[in-house]
Amino acid sequence: MSDKFDVAIVGAGPSGSAAALTLAKAGLSVVVFERGEFPGAKNMFGGVLYTSILNRLVPNFWEEAPLERHITKRRFGLFSEKAEAAFEFSCQDFNQSPPFNQSFSALRAQFDPWLAKKAEEAGALIIPETVVDDLLWNEGQVIGVKARREGGEIEANVVIAADGVNSFIAKKSGLRKDFNWNVLAVGAKEIIALPRETIEDRFSLEGDEGVAMEFFGDAVAGTVGAGFIYTNKESLSVGVACSINAFIDQKIVPNDLLERFKKHPSIRRLIRKGETLEYSGHMIPEGGFKQVPEVLTDGLLLVGDAAHLVNASFYHEGTNLAMASGLYAAETIIEAKEKGDFSRRGLESYRKKLEESFVLKDLQKYRNVEAWAHKNPKFFKAYPDLCLDLLKDYFTVSEKPKGTIQKEIVKKIRSNINPLRMLVEINKLRKTFFSS
Amino acid sequence: MFNILVFCEQRDGKIKRVALEALGAALSLTSDGDQVTAVLIGENIASQKETLVSGGADKIILVEALTLNTYSSEAYGRIVSDIAKKENASLILMSATAMGKDLGPKVSARLEGPFAGDCIKLTLDDEGKMTATRPIYGGKATSTVLSHQASFQVATLRPNVFSVHDQAATQDPQVENYSEIPDLSNLKAIIKEVVSTAGSKIELTEANIIVSGGRGVKGPEHFDIIEALAEALGGAVGASRAAVDAGWKPHSYQVGLTGKTVSPSLYIACGISGAIQHQAGMSSSKYIVAINKDPNAPIFKIANYGIVADLFEIVPLLTEAVKKMKNE
Amino acid sequence: MNIAACIKQVPATESKIRPSTDGKDIDRTGLSYVVNPYDEFGVEEGLKIKEQLGDGSVTAISIGGEKVAEALRTCLAVGSDQAIHIQDDAIEGSDGHAIARILAAALKKSDYDIIFFGRQAIDDDSGAIGIHVADLMGLPHVAGINKLEIIPDEKRAVANRQIEGATEVIEISLPAIFTCQKGLNEPRYASLPGIMKAKQKPMTVLSLSDLEISADSVDSSKAKTTVIKIESPPARSAGIIIEGSPSEAVAELIRLLREEAKVL
Repeated sequence: MSDKFDVAIVGAGPSGSAAALTLAKAGLSVVVFERGEFPGAKNMFGGVLYTSILNRLVPNFWEEAPLERHITKRRFGLFSEKAEAAFEFSCQDFNQSPPFNQSFSALRAQFDPWLAKKAEEAGALIIPETVVDDLLWNEGQVIGVKARREGGEIEANVVIAADGVNSFIAKKSGLRKDFNWNVLAVGAKEIIALPRETIEDRFSLEGDEGVAMEFFGDAVAGTVGAGFIYTNKESLSVGVACSINAFIDQKIVPNDLLERFKKHPSIRRLIRKGETLEYSGHMIPEGGFKQVPEVLTDGLLLVGDAAHLVNASFYHEGTNLAMASGLYAAETIIEAKEKGDFSRRGLESYRKKLEESFVLKDLQKYRNVEAWAHKNPKFFKAYPDLCLDLLKDYFTVSEKPKGTIQKEIVKKIRSNINPLRMLVEINKLRKTFFSS
Repeated sequence: MFNILVFCEQRDGKIKRVALEALGAALSLTSDGDQVTAVLIGENIASQKETLVSGGADKIILVEALTLNTYSSEAYGRIVSDIAKKENASLILMSATAMGKDLGPKVSARLEGPFAGDCIKLTLDDEGKMTATRPIYGGKATSTVLSHQASFQVATLRPNVFSVHDQAATQDPQVENYSEIPDLSNLKAIIKEVVSTAGSKIELTEANIIVSGGRGVKGPEHFDIIEALAEALGGAVGASRAAVDAGWKPHSYQVGLTGKTVSPSLYIACGISGAIQHQAGMSSSKYIVAINKDPNAPIFKIANYGIVADLFEIVPLLTEAVKKMKNE
Repeated sequence: MNIAACIKQVPATESKIRPSTDGKDIDRTGLSYVVNPYDEFGVEEGLKIKEQLGDGSVTAISIGGEKVAEALRTCLAVGSDQAIHIQDDAIEGSDGHAIARILAAALKKSDYDIIFFGRQAIDDDSGAIGIHVADLMGLPHVAGINKLEIIPDEKRAVANRQIEGATEVIEISLPAIFTCQKGLNEPRYASLPGIMKAKQKPMTVLSLSDLEISADSVDSSKAKTTVIKIESPPARSAGIIIEGSPSEAVAELIRLLREEAKVL
């Protein structure tokens, strides 16, 4: 075996494995280092897996991938301390045949090893339980990595940093200098076991149908963030994700916020009698477009969370972007190998591929969401509380004439809200989310 | 009916307490018409007959030879399996000591019968087939196995779990001197030497009381306060993996997943946080006392009695109190 | 010296063990697997002997499904020369007698001077297989060694094993089987070149027919015992925390141990 690889990848999460699989299929020699005892060991699953890219990586993936349920229903709930107003959408068009609506619930502890295995089968060498401590350089060009093992210096034409939100490689390489902690979110999640029939009855599902639920307002103590429940086959993923600032402002730790969420009357009933199988906490790079660093340098590409490619907005979409960036990075390297140029110039098209795809287009579209959210805390606390209070007034049965009730409601709105300001705020909201 | 053979381990010509536990277990499995046969192997052992009789043996087979003074898997294995065949034993019991853990599988291999090691519960059905419960995954679960054969079943029993029979014998047992001792001149493995290890006289796995020290003991030089308490209580000294890995105590002291599993009546954990690996080795103790400075130490979650305080304050006071109590 | 190390793949020591829904196995979802720690001592001892003598070969042998290949690769990565993977669907549910027979058949294919096993596997905690294989092969053995000295010229070895309160020093002729106890050595970590080379080292997959064993003679129907129930041990709950000054607490503890627990 020659000692030098075409590509060394740091991290065997979805982005690293997607790159490894694509490269190995093209016949390039690939080594992947994973710090966990197996791929997925260090990962947290936060949401629904969108699978359009996965289908390009592994055609007909649904025949073999360890997926839980296909999502046919979405629910958004607004909480106050005692009440909930919700919007739910379900559609039988999402329940026809695979790949359904390209959205599935899955457990990363199973999904990641599977994807890594596909890369291994294609010829990539995956080395778990191995930390990469440093990059090897030659005249400003990255030429390999140094792993924390005896004989750990490995040369490669290109290194892909797929080492997650707190990417050590991104920092070591100088691509990320000003790491801004404020733009990170923190997620805390539990896997709660429940019998299959209980899940289906409780969430009104049939067979492998699944639901994705997100909750705002008091669900996360009125902070910028959300609580969530995703149904798996025989368990629920239950968690909260909020910006680091929110935790600091509220003086609350993620685990306590999760406990609080689990006790809300609307949630308590859904998780009743479930047994917590595991707890995990993780950082999510929710800084959006403005935080995406320079994604490449001579001999090095950043992918996935390491490049902060997460669309926080409505979609909480990270894994799909990660796989997409891994795919584009691999395609870039395959082209670079044909040209024999692994310098910045030879790898330049990676950035372009990201820009021309949904990856950066979506991030750019939602680039102001983060800032908007922090400037408008009312939308997370005051408005939800007011809204639910009004709904309660409206639905409370009494002998008051209906006309009186309506008048009181209007009065309450007037005393709490400046209509002009509200218009301005809503216009900003519209611009932030709906214009490009 | 059923004949239960009990291999009774002796050391220096004296029957071990755990052998009496095996006899007691055998007796509890029998009813009228069944027989408990004790097998005793060694040199100058005839004097131990009385102990076996009061322990519940209906019949005693003595295998006496100079060469059998020290254990040999080959020799003992052959003798016990030959006797089992001759006696048409339903079940062969012994304690899961270092010797029993070697002899049990050896005898089972020769008899090609069902085997269950380190049992904590044992029953026989009407046909004589055993149902045995044994800890697995280092005590994180128990497994109950059913035997499909009523003859030549071998089970080793966890020390300190089964009760000793302590009633006077009503009838004289039959004593047989076994003479078909095989030729032992060509043994391929021979014990050249048995070196006593320094330290506590009482074996951890057989001790009724254990005092264990962990990281909180802070160094080998402080283990003397743990030893003093063990001595005052007449118990054995144990150690957590942290203390063993730090080199404060040899591995033979280690309680836990990669050490020994113990079930004493009283286990006193001093300065031990109680990681799951440690708990696996001691959570079947009848009573657990935890002394630890950290109120959040997991050991308090399984301890019957906890004291949140510095062990260097509590342990010497406890030693004094025990001594005073014993003097009264 | 031709050395074999028999290894088993088991759930990692820190795994949370829960009974499966049918109560006849453990719930294996989400478990991560490792080489049984006691078996690692055997592999390491084999490598050490080979290095000391400057000559020889270490073969890692295991039985089980596809996943077991990972455990064997780990053994190759630390320096074993080759691996034998015995894989056959009929082995599912086989008992210790059958496993010992299969291993003995595989071991007889080559003239090993030394065969290592772990003292016990940390999943079923049985500790019987190594001893059983020795009996089937007509080889002497020492169970639970924590020290081993090989005298190659005389084809013999001296092994130490711990018994209650003492150490037995045993002289044994080779070929022989040893089951390994903690303290024997410190297993090494794989080097990066070692891990890479492991992919190229030979791994032979053998089926029962390769070993000339008929499936129905070792399958679950021939098992002498069947697991009927796997349970969690009775849960212990937290007792009381004794408050007060050190001397008050000690006095109260003594009282509780005498009057409530009655263990003093």
